[in-house]
Amino acid sequence: MSALELQAIEARYPGRRTGARSGPADSPAPVLRGIDLRLEPGEMLALIGPNGAGKSTLLRVAGGLIRPSAGRAFLADRDLTSLRPREIARQIAVVPQEGPVPVGLLVHEMVGLGRTPYVRRLLGPTARDRQAVEWALAAAGVAGLADRFVDELSGGERQRVILARALAQEPRVLLLDEPTANLDLQHQVAILELVRGLTREQGLTVIAAVHDLQLAALYCDRVALMSAGQIVSQGSPEAVLTAPLLLATFGQRVVLSAHPTHGVPLVALVPNGNARRVVSGQWSVVSGAPEASWSDSLCDQPLATDH
Amino acid sequence: MTDAPAKERSEAAGARNAVRPASVLVLAVLVLLLGCSLLFAAAFGAVQLRADDLLRMTVNHLLGPRFEPTWRPQDEAIFFSIRLPRVAGAATVGAALASAGVLFQGLLRNPLADPYALGVSGGAALGGALGFLLSVSFSFVGFSPVPVLAFGGGLAAMSLVYGLARSGGRAPTVTLLLAGFAVSAIMGYAVSFLLIMNDRLQINLPRVYGWLLGGISVTQWSQLAVALAMVGPAILGGWLLRHSLDALSLGEESAQQLGIAVESDKRLIIVLGSVLTGAAVALGGLIGFVGLFAPHVTRVVVGPRHGLLLPAAALVGAAFLVLADLLARALLPPTEIPVGILTAFVGGPFFLWLLRRERREYRL
Repeated sequence: MSALELQAIEARYPGRRTGARSGPADSPAPVLRGIDLRLEPGEMLALIGPNGAGKSTLLRVAGGLIRPSAGRAFLADRDLTSLRPREIARQIAVVPQEGPVPVGLLVHEMVGLGRTPYVRRLLGPTARDRQAVEWALAAAGVAGLADRFVDELSGGERQRVILARALAQEPRVLLLDEPTANLDLQHQVAILELVRGLTREQGLTVIAAVHDLQLAALYCDRVALMSAGQIVSQGSPEAVLTAPLLLATFGQRVVLSAHPTHGVPLVALVPNGNARRVVSGQWSVVSGAPEASWSDSLCDQPLATDH
Repeated sequence: MTDAPAKERSEAAGARNAVRPASVLVLAVLVLLLGCSLLFAAAFGAVQLRADDLLRMTVNHLLGPRFEPTWRPQDEAIFFSIRLPRVAGAATVGAALASAGVLFQGLLRNPLADPYALGVSGGAALGGALGFLLSVSFSFVGFSPVPVLAFGGGLAAMSLVYGLARSGGRAPTVTLLLAGFAVSAIMGYAVSFLLIMNDRLQINLPRVYGWLLGGISVTQWSQLAVALAMVGPAILGGWLLRHSLDALSLGEESAQQLGIAVESDKRLIIVLGSVLTGAAVALGGLIGFVGLFAPHVTRVVVGPRHGLLLPAAALVGAAFLVLADLLARALLPPTEIPVGILTAFVGGPFFLWLLRRERREYRL
């Protein structure tokens, strides 16, 4: 049984037209075409691709927020379009890229909203609701912020609160849209470690739209590369993260090397010519020491030194 | 994941932890406040009554004779057939406007939204003005043509706004607001046109103007019964939608993702808000500010969650309007100042003071 399966998905936004002369007036150009994707329980997939490739739209379709105009979506082998929003919300949680920040709401109240799919019309929260909220606050590392106002948090703190809200839904599938966008290095790693841990311990299935290819390679089982509404390649990070494919989709030259400690593909940008300087020579990482030592010498290009 | 860096940042930013008061306590205090304002307001008038007598009369009336009457029989008649309908009417209107304000602010995620945001004021004003203009006279469960037409006009305007804003099965929030503004403005200017044509139309201008500014006009218990039969269930209905309103504060997409049937719940909220506003307009004309002010004041104390905010704001609105109506009767006797002027003069400065004190930045 797959956790989530998309078959030949096509999606259009109503009213987004490509121009009066191209095509019939009532059919705007599809934002997604021929998307086939199948995720097993416990799997973590990175969705990569240039801006506007359709990553967020794909997450919306997978989360049941928009109906595909063609194709079918299954959640644990049940047709997604046949499920009520409440049933979907008990199984799929979404961490959106951005949204309105409610004024005057406390962090624990915000995380408590993750229990919305379980609420009862006439009664208050149950002990189980409280447990789930407390667990989610602790898991996302925001327990210390529980009594703070959400609108007074930093962007990174708020991002983690929103993740906590999604975890409070106790989902089987987690959809992350740029989960690390506002986070510092430590919290980028922390969030992905947390999510990866949940896939191992609880069989959580994750799709994460990410821009950071290094994080994708380090944490995801599989990478799906999107371009112009289609998945152009999917497979292991080693198979998908190749210089020709990335050049073809992103229009950017890169070179790949192996991650020094984990061996996964490490994508290095190749600047187009105006980079500040080129450092040549050896640099070695001393295990356990925080600083690397290197010898750098400016190459003989006419670049200004900064001191 | 460790909390240490977050804590450091928090302290650096001068963060504060907030404690919410207990719901039961808040509601108990507000019920007490409303009860006191009702008694106080009912005691005041051309014939002064004693508040403690009123309490005894009420107990006698409800539970059979428990107290020996220390009051004149006509006092009892004044209380039950004149004062009580009036103050209960003010409370009903205040509760309805405040709840409608909570519903529309929640729905539209806009701190400026009030019960009239979706065009009700324009529609009701036009309906009411036509009621004054048409020399028809009928009575509908104790209501004269003006409130009936105002109620109908308000609901018609709201339906028009919703119909105009809807496209492809959705009614986007900003479109609703803009359509509401436009419809309200058009109808408002239609009223101005009627008033300016007064020399030909022979409208009783001061009466129309007084009605437009709002004033509680309850003369029969049947009016109150009809209004309460709309306001009570509508507030309860809004409370049952509290989770949807809470989730909507995160945006419609997040609300849907949390399992809320967004479009159908939005429609329900609009219907409930319209019924509340319509009932308020029928009893009290176009009273401004209560529906804006009461939700904001209440939110500062109880927070933005609608399970507590809605009933608390209804009680605050009720007590506030009872006291404002008392001032309207008491300040320049025997002239009754339109209560809408008092809600603006009393509520306005308080609201501004609150805004300065809170300094909370509204981000939409």
